[in-house]
Amino acid sequence: MNKEEIIEALKIIVEPYSEEASALVHINENTDFITDLKINSANLVDIVLDIEEKFNIEIDNDSMAKMLTVKATTEIIAQKLEAHAG
Amino acid sequence: MGNRVVITGLGVCAPNGTTIDEFSDAIKKGLSGIRHQPDLETLNFSCQIAGKPSLSEERINQYFTPLELRNLNSTGIIYGVIAGLDAWKDAGLTIENNNEPDWDSGTIFGAGTSGIDKFRWAINKIDALEIKKLGSSVVIQTMASGVSAFISGKLGLGNQVSTNSSACATGAESILLAYERIKTGQATRMLAGSTSDSGPYIWGGFDAMKVCTFKHNHEPEKGSRPMSATASGFVPGSGAGALVLESLESAIARKAKIYGEVLGGHINSGGQRGPGSMTAPNPTAVQRCIQAALENAGIKAQEIDVINGHLTATIKDTLEIENWKTALQLPAAEFPYINSIKGMIGHCIAASGSIECVASILELSEGFIFPNINCEDLNPEITALINAKCIPQTVIHKPFNILAKASFGFGDINVCIIFKKYTHE
Repeated sequence: MNKEEIIEALKIIVEPYSEEASALVHINENTDFITDLKINSANLVDIVLDIEEKFNIEIDNDSMAKMLTVKATTEIIAQKLEAHAG
Repeated sequence: MGNRVVITGLGVCAPNGTTIDEFSDAIKKGLSGIRHQPDLETLNFSCQIAGKPSLSEERINQYFTPLELRNLNSTGIIYGVIAGLDAWKDAGLTIENNNEPDWDSGTIFGAGTSGIDKFRWAINKIDALEIKKLGSSVVIQTMASGVSAFISGKLGLGNQVSTNSSACATGAESILLAYERIKTGQATRMLAGSTSDSGPYIWGGFDAMKVCTFKHNHEPEKGSRPMSATASGFVPGSGAGALVLESLESAIARKAKIYGEVLGGHINSGGQRGPGSMTAPNPTAVQRCIQAALENAGIKAQEIDVINGHLTATIKDTLEIENWKTALQLPAAEFPYINSIKGMIGHCIAASGSIECVASILELSEGFIFPNINCEDLNPEITALINAKCIPQTVIHKPFNILAKASFGFGDINVCIIFKKYTHE
């Protein structure tokens, strides 16, 4: 799964948590979950659960703490997928 | 003196009606909302009948966002939000997405416990070493104040937002607490009410205490029998009731429809002393509560036209009638009408008082007295105390002025409220 595909999947996951329609449409690597998508910080844990389920990976607490932007999140997903494949 | 407080909005989620129109029609006709519950039968409950509001998914979807609906597993929050928002709209108030909260409006919305099914799910996850899977929805649905938090977020309430809890007196208590806040000028408008979850995990404890009837599993609608000689325990129920309380000044200023006035009331406890215990009422406390409510409301016993009792259909019904009789000190011919909606909907636990207050206000404003059902065989101990004609078994259409509502709860606690018809002066 390449970066673009991960972002596309991520977009579907975060959509129910955000009411910022235009920010959702323009989601990209630099999008910040809290400042751009105005996602309630309490929901970040739910997004991580959804990611774990979608990508069939496990995300540890340290990684979770970094997952505040699309960029960091895609990197962590890519790493976990790779580790999983290897 | 303080502000006069009136009721300007009603909402209900009851086993026999989930809109005010449906509920008002049902209580006039004496329609039962008690049904056989297959899950209770499967789980070997002694009492396999109960009262549950019937709500379609479509209806629920109107009150919650898709995100809230994900993992929503708290019937009490669903009932409370529906009744609360309906009451708000019924009062002619709008739900706006302003930046500023409404500083003058708050809510006291009671509950006995919150999200018991959610709590069970969470406990199972934790025990299965899946703590992480709980996500963010467990706390907000299982905190006791979940219901008031959900409601206030939807309405943008900026005054006091709180959940009270006093067992089966919760609903009536919420109304008096809200009344006092407006009377003393600390709020202009308060949404008062209470809610109670459905299902085996909320009702199980009562079943085990043997306070519920086990004799009517084959005839659910006959099971809840307040004041009957064959009353054999209460039928558990669930739902929510909500009332918008508002200063008379505010109601008049915005030309709101006024259903009735809260004249006053009283809350006390028997202290679990004398005959009082965790589960039994101290009669002296009940009588004092009723008398103090009259005094607080500034009315005399003979002015009461209708009593909406607690009357759960246990052996304590007779004691309740005796307490009213002793407290009011009225000759038999002057004893007011008395009724209990529990024959139709069962005992909705923490929600009972608020649903029953909604019924009471409908009676006052529309001018009727709903029938007591399932007491065709009145308990002779009760008819030895008061005249059988005080216990209507068919609806009476008749305007009246004053209604006294009482609720009692475990912990030996009592609430009595006095409502008055509002005559547009």
